[in-house]
Amino acid sequence: MKYHITHNTHYSYSNIVNLCYNEARLIPRSYGRQVCSKNDFIVVPDPTGYRERKDFFENTVCFFTIQRPHQELVVTVTSEVEVNASDFQLDSVKEFRWENVLKQLHRDDNEEILEIRQYTLESPMIPELPELRTYAEKSFSDGRSMLEAVEELTERLYTEFEYDPNFTSVATPLKEVIEHRRGVCQDFAHLGIGCVRSMGLVVRYVSGYIETVHDSDREQLVGAGASHAWFSVYFPEIGWIDFDPTNNVMPSDRHITVAWGRDYSDVTPLKGVVYGSGTHDLSVSVDCREV
Amino acid sequence: MQPTEKAQWKIIDDDYANLVLSDSQKFDEMLDKSGDINPHWHAYFKAMNRLGLEEMVTRHQDAARLLRENGVTYVVHGEQQGHRPWELDIIPFILSETDWQFISSGLIQRAELLNLILKDLYGNKRLIKEGLIPPEVIFAHAGFLRPCNDLTSQMDNPLFMYAVDLGRDSCGQFWVLSDRSQAPSGAGFALENRTVLARTLPNLFSEVGVHRLSFYFRTLQNSIARLAPKQKDNPHVVVLTPGPYNETYFEHAYLANYLGYRLVQGDDLTVLDGRVWLKSLDGLQPVDVILRRVDDVFCDPLELRQDSRLGVAGLLEAIRQGNVSVINPPGSSILENPALLPFLPNISKAIIGEDLQLPSVKTWWCGNTKHREYVLDNIKKLVVKPIHRPVGAKPMFGSELSESELSSLKSKINSKPYQYVGQDYIHLSTVPSLIDGKLLPRRSIFRSFLFAENGGYSLLPGGLARCEGEQGELTVSIHDGGVSKDTWILVSEQQPHVSLWQQPKLGPNISEHSLGLSSRSAENLYWVGRYAERAEGHARLLRISLDKIQLGMEGTFMGKRKSTDGKTEIQEGDQNNKSELECLNSMLRTLTGLTSSHQGYVWNEGKEIVTELMSIMLDTKHSGSLVSTLHSLISAAFAVRDRWSTDTWRVMNNIENLCELLEKNMSIYENSQFQQTSSESDERTLQHIQTELDQLMIYLSALSGLNAESMTQTIAWVSLDMGRRIERALLLIVLCRSCFVAVQDEWIEYQLLESILIASESLITYRGRYRSALHLPTVLEMLLLDESNPRSLVYQLNRLQEQIRDLPRERFGYGLSEEEQLILEGLTQLQLSNTSQLAELSEQTSERHGLEKLLVRLAQILIEISDVLTQTYFSHVQGQEQLVTTDI
Repeated sequence: MKYHITHNTHYSYSNIVNLCYNEARLIPRSYGRQVCSKNDFIVVPDPTGYRERKDFFENTVCFFTIQRPHQELVVTVTSEVEVNASDFQLDSVKEFRWENVLKQLHRDDNEEILEIRQYTLESPMIPELPELRTYAEKSFSDGRSMLEAVEELTERLYTEFEYDPNFTSVATPLKEVIEHRRGVCQDFAHLGIGCVRSMGLVVRYVSGYIETVHDSDREQLVGAGASHAWFSVYFPEIGWIDFDPTNNVMPSDRHITVAWGRDYSDVTPLKGVVYGSGTHDLSVSVDCREV
Repeated sequence: MQPTEKAQWKIIDDDYANLVLSDSQKFDEMLDKSGDINPHWHAYFKAMNRLGLEEMVTRHQDAARLLRENGVTYVVHGEQQGHRPWELDIIPFILSETDWQFISSGLIQRAELLNLILKDLYGNKRLIKEGLIPPEVIFAHAGFLRPCNDLTSQMDNPLFMYAVDLGRDSCGQFWVLSDRSQAPSGAGFALENRTVLARTLPNLFSEVGVHRLSFYFRTLQNSIARLAPKQKDNPHVVVLTPGPYNETYFEHAYLANYLGYRLVQGDDLTVLDGRVWLKSLDGLQPVDVILRRVDDVFCDPLELRQDSRLGVAGLLEAIRQGNVSVINPPGSSILENPALLPFLPNISKAIIGEDLQLPSVKTWWCGNTKHREYVLDNIKKLVVKPIHRPVGAKPMFGSELSESELSSLKSKINSKPYQYVGQDYIHLSTVPSLIDGKLLPRRSIFRSFLFAENGGYSLLPGGLARCEGEQGELTVSIHDGGVSKDTWILVSEQQPHVSLWQQPKLGPNISEHSLGLSSRSAENLYWVGRYAERAEGHARLLRISLDKIQLGMEGTFMGKRKSTDGKTEIQEGDQNNKSELECLNSMLRTLTGLTSSHQGYVWNEGKEIVTELMSIMLDTKHSGSLVSTLHSLISAAFAVRDRWSTDTWRVMNNIENLCELLEKNMSIYENSQFQQTSSESDERTLQHIQTELDQLMIYLSALSGLNAESMTQTIAWVSLDMGRRIERALLLIVLCRSCFVAVQDEWIEYQLLESILIASESLITYRGRYRSALHLPTVLEMLLLDESNPRSLVYQLNRLQEQIRDLPRERFGYGLSEEEQLILEGLTQLQLSNTSQLAELSEQTSERHGLEKLLVRLAQILIEISDVLTQTYFSHVQGQEQLVTTDI
């Protein structure tokens, strides 16, 4: 599938801002089953010192500053991305028992495993909480297939938590999300990661988009119109398999990956430090249509 | 060496030897196992023997006094907040040449090894991928900063500065106790210790061959200069400090001063066009090298800790673009990680092909199952530490913990084993220390300092030794009350004295950048000027008022008698007395007006005048009191600590001490008022306070003299002097308004004229010039319009005009800047006035409206000038907001 994506972020400030520094992770990654063929990054007002680089996780980061007084910041990124459905055989994955995977992860002679073991550790926005382990253990029963366990966990998050865009903000601690059983895609991704990690397994955070459906025949997935988030679990010898707890699906060719990391704080789409006083308003729109 | 008999060393008594030799667990640096003095201590003790113990104690006190006067402090947080004077024992930690050779080659090897590890961890991570370091040791350590990945890949020695804590155990073996890699502190203290010791025991250093320290700092300066991007010839180097509240702020200022770098805070810097700039009064100045003392995570609020106000947004990107060098680069605290220690021997073999020469203290990382079991089984004889040391965290000594504490520690370890290590407890060697006039053995450690030079490392031939404060304490740390020592490395030959300033050709030329002054420093200097002047004015007024009261108390005035409780009672109808009282009343009004503590306050006769006066002036709770002003003066001065000469700082310290005394006496006085104790003790306290005020006047004059005579007349001085001028002018205006606008009885007015002339240090001049009684027009002429009187208003405004003219500014066209217009208006109004007219009464009132109008306008103008200066030159600090907050 090929998509044309327009992501627009609009900040307006109550007072004049003289100077701002920004970091954006808005350019979709190219990897295995996904290629970002075209990309256009436009900032208004004109930025100074726009630079792209790869971060620790190999995501593309765009750095720019605005060194003159302004009261609005508009970042518009348009991308063309081709995504293929994953080609691995789920049947063969089903064979893996999660305890065996855990054992493999503790081998000290495999480069890849040694490096990705960092994804089993707690991260800035996903602390180790006993609640997570308790929640996860229900799905990770003795001798169970790892795929089944994660699938069930995803489904439980989908059914037992309510999607509520008004309840949480970016900075709502995970503990509160668990307590109130409601949140948005980012919270559910964090929950899923916290649960899988609590079992000692390797899992990471994925930020991206979901296809915007424009004809009424097909069902619109939750999370379109803005940045979306889900999680990805590592299966030895197979690789990373994605799970979207907000929609209870395994992302395939209707999910477009932008960046990945340990949690949201590693892949914040657009962050910035602004100098000036006052408050800001934010509006974001995403259109992701098939071409 | 001649044979040593214990009797020969008269200052070392048998107790010392008994203390050391009674315990086989003890290893003493000075005495060997048979109680003889090790040869490398002979020279020192020979000299001390000549001095004698008594004289040693005196010199010890001299050293303490010098340190206090030089303002060497260590800022303590927590329960006992404040500045603690730095403590130095005059007996050094002496290392023999053999020991030093062993240590230095081990330290250099360790620095090279850790540098390679640092490069690898933020580069291609072979050490992790090849299994030499377990991933959790790095990835679970809060000092591993992912945004710093590949940050300094082009730098040969990201571990540019490095410090190591070393200790010797009871068998005489040296161990590395911990590594300091992000912003190692202590080298400045080591240098100051040496300086003080050399002054206290001047002949000693020529007698005993000791390695000098200055060469290290000179080469350090050269190496820092070479770090400048694009091999710039005359790089601009700054020292980035978290500010006066940091525990080692003294050292930041001291090193900046010694190395000739500017001391800056995060707010002073900004990143524009990918470069770092200093916001100075002269505009933006590019910065090439930042020697940072701000912790890693606080360096950049964009990419690191979002709530940081200590760093510079965009700094990491400026480093990435190669436009600035930061030493050590952010991310280097990953090496301050005890979990690395067990893996160093293997890493050393694998990447440099050598055995590790200096062993690290035996460490078990709990992330390894077997090691965890060992730690849990032997916890009582181990020290347990988290792998990342949070601020203020202390190691836990298994032997000190109760059963319940042990089990809670064990469960912590079990829940996140990879976050903990267990370490052997080392019975540290002892060094003689001078304690209460006696030599006693005290356990001690010392810190060594290195920096990268020519592809290798240079080592400071000395260091900072620290002793336990109390015998038997388990930790040796300055933070917990330890005492520091100079560290001596003996040499056979004499070395020439190298001072940084004697060989400017060898070092980089650093004078060019000393012209610019950061806006923050300028603002602090301006307030030093204002507070110093304010304190002087207030102290003078207070002294005059107290004198008048004192005269009254002593019954000098007729009709006044002292009652038993020390209060003065006034009998009506006495002219003299009444005028004295009215005069006091006016002074009091002035004081209350000045301190703005009781706005509109008028003394009521029922209240005890002295108590009221004292509370206005000496109570810290009143923000305008003299004591509060002195506090503000000291903190403003401390914030620009690097700007003051040693002498100036001594004066400042004396002011601080006096301030404490004043507060103490004030509370004694208050208590006695409360308890209604004898009037005699009251009088004594009052006398103390007066003596202290006299002293204070002397110190404040000394400060003003030093400012005027010893500061170069650059923009820094201009900032300070503008503060003085504005404050002096404002004080004079308040005095004149409260005393002369309302018309008083002739006799009262006479008293007031006299007091005001005294308060503005002009009485003698007046008498000399007019040789007549005091008349308001002539007094006003003297105080307001006399251009030759350095205390007059016009003099202040003239000076202010000159200084404003000298401020850097960009001219557009021919117009005057706002502050130039304001000062011109003020001066003109003043010069156009006529003192006889000013002294005239307005019709049908008992006030001098003309005088009032002029003074009010001038005060307004001065305040506006102060605001304009603040906005234009000082306040470049803006609110900092995050668009998205992910710090939870």
